[in-house]
Amino acid sequence: MKSKLFALSSFALAAALAGPAHAQVEIQWWHAMGGGLGEWVNDLAKDFNASQKDYKIVPTFKGTYDETMTAAIAAFRAGNAPHILQVFEVGTATMMASKGAIVPVAQVMKDAGLKFDPSVYVPAVAGYYTAPNGQMLSFPFNSSTPVFHYNKDAFKAAGMDPESPPKTWPEVALAAAKLKASGHKCPFTTSWISWTQLESFSAWHNTLFATKNNGFGGLDTRLAFNTPLHVRHIENLANMNKQGLFVYKGRGNAADATFVSGECAMVTGSSALYGNVKRNAKFASAISTLPYYPDVSGAPQNTVIGGASLWVMAGKKPAEYKGVANFFAFLSKPEEAAKSHQRTGYLPVTIPSYELTDKSGFYKQNPGTDVSVTQMIRKTTDKSRGIRLGNFVQIRTIIDEEMENIWSGKKGVKEGLDTAVQRGNEQLERFEKANKS
Amino acid sequence: MAVEKRVLFKSWWLPWVLIAPQMAIILVFFFWPAGQALYQSVLTQDAFGTSTEFVGAENFERLWNDPTYLASFQTTAVFSVLVAVVGLSVALLLAVMADRVVRGAAIYKTLLIWPYAVAPAVAGVLWLFMFAPSVGIVSYALRELGFDWNHLLNGKHAMALIVMAAVWKQISYNFLFFLAGLQSIPKSLIEAAAIDGARPWRRFWTIVFPLLSPTTFFLLVINIVYAFFDTFAIVDTATNGGPGKDTAILVYKVYYDGFKALDLGGSAAQSVVLMVIVIALTVVQFRYVEKKVQY
Repeated sequence: MKSKLFALSSFALAAALAGPAHAQVEIQWWHAMGGGLGEWVNDLAKDFNASQKDYKIVPTFKGTYDETMTAAIAAFRAGNAPHILQVFEVGTATMMASKGAIVPVAQVMKDAGLKFDPSVYVPAVAGYYTAPNGQMLSFPFNSSTPVFHYNKDAFKAAGMDPESPPKTWPEVALAAAKLKASGHKCPFTTSWISWTQLESFSAWHNTLFATKNNGFGGLDTRLAFNTPLHVRHIENLANMNKQGLFVYKGRGNAADATFVSGECAMVTGSSALYGNVKRNAKFASAISTLPYYPDVSGAPQNTVIGGASLWVMAGKKPAEYKGVANFFAFLSKPEEAAKSHQRTGYLPVTIPSYELTDKSGFYKQNPGTDVSVTQMIRKTTDKSRGIRLGNFVQIRTIIDEEMENIWSGKKGVKEGLDTAVQRGNEQLERFEKANKS
Repeated sequence: MAVEKRVLFKSWWLPWVLIAPQMAIILVFFFWPAGQALYQSVLTQDAFGTSTEFVGAENFERLWNDPTYLASFQTTAVFSVLVAVVGLSVALLLAVMADRVVRGAAIYKTLLIWPYAVAPAVAGVLWLFMFAPSVGIVSYALRELGFDWNHLLNGKHAMALIVMAAVWKQISYNFLFFLAGLQSIPKSLIEAAAIDGARPWRRFWTIVFPLLSPTTFFLLVINIVYAFFDTFAIVDTATNGGPGKDTAILVYKVYYDGFKALDLGGSAAQSVVLMVIVIALTVVQFRYVEKKVQY
């Protein structure tokens, strides 16, 4: 009744002003999705805008993840932040600590009076973006996890069965040796060294990457990736590097392109690399689970997430927050979430969307696309739930630097990992000090 | 010493009005940001600026206790000297050559000035493409010659890469000034020397080079400042400061800590350190090197 009256009066007002028949609330959404993923984001906004008349989502591409975050911070300081901001997973702790700058998603949904059930979201994903008190802080938009991509044609050429990829690290080394013998210059490489070889490696082997349950248990967490198991793995990679079985291709996702071009035959990288490979690779490829060491008890456990989530910025009008809530509800619809998952290779946001995809036969038609899901939808342990550290951007760079020192032979494996832990801990101590209040 | 040229104004306010636009620009774009850097350097803030705390000299102490920061002084010194020396030498060589060209001089000059219009980040990417270990055209040629180029893991190669990109970017600027300097040298001096039997090499070192020294000195100061401040985009796109921290020059860390790590206090403290270094270097250059300059 009230809303009808409001609608009527606003209609009259709009008519009187000779403006558009209906006053739409505009909602700014800053994101970091370029190329094909950018088209996906624009389609989502278009579909939502077409589905109702009250709100209009305006997506804006702001560059890479860190450029987007920097732009939003500058805008916030100047008093004109967007309503919705996409932040990569390593920025999560920073966002959580900035209490005055954000509004928890659970709060936004509640204030809008929309039904909101956190239990439908994939636990390993939603858990990452949930505060210790159980309140969901950001909306899990695009989550990925590291998987193992391999070139089936190269496997065939090396005399291996393309349908049985290596499952363990010793098998990876063997396969790499065969690929090299068949003339391959780059048998194995990896993107996101820290994420794939240390963070996910730890969770996958049910071992801590950092104390206090990888930072979930408090800000006094400290790095712990210099155990004998970690040293063993990095030593293994360093040896493969010396023999030309593992080739270092640079920081971040630089190695992705070398797999898509066919230069490297095996890569550990994001599950979201799938879309790129499907579109651009000129060879048959497949996805398998992340390799592990079979003699480690508890392995394989589960992998950790990457990707990004959507944060709601503080200081906006109630009507605008209502629009944000409606948009998130739209994204959570099983059919919408399933469509996004199948289009991009990102993890399904909700369990129903996963079930819907499963029922549709998508995984059967596209073998390997369910690997990321099965790696993630498992009962997590305290050691494997995820990794949430302050100053994580710097810690990842420190790991990149020390790993390069290991590959180039400038430092021994143990020495390099110890230095990375010690330098990273300084970052954690600073973050703890700055956010203790 | 030439007699100083002085203009006398009748009114007291006219000179002030005339320099006001320039002063306004300097105040807004130089002094105000520098003051902000000084102010920020004694604060610590969270990323969004919702909480601010005065910490005194803590940001500076942290730098002092960071061995990787101290190591980057050496990296910066090597980088700046290489950029200035290589940049000036190559530009001078090109200018001398261009000065002698009669036919199509305009084309050569235009081509040499082009790189100046390229943004530093683009310059970094261009050189990165050419030297990319697996697909780059230059690294391919080097491999054919039996030289294994890999700037991803070899610190010397990485340093060479950013020096080349930084020098290439600045060469047009240096070239322009050298060319103008060369053209202002009276032809009669060189002709007189030639009649006296001085060969080109000797004419260059005894006449041209000394007469160019004001230009060279000016360019030296500009190039050092350029290497110290304007090269972070090249480092960011070409090497990210790697391998390890082998190409992490001071200004790159300022950029990284401020814009990637969102630590404005730490970044501002480093800007202040850089500011002090460049002021000191400029004073030294004007005090000692300038004495050797013949105007």
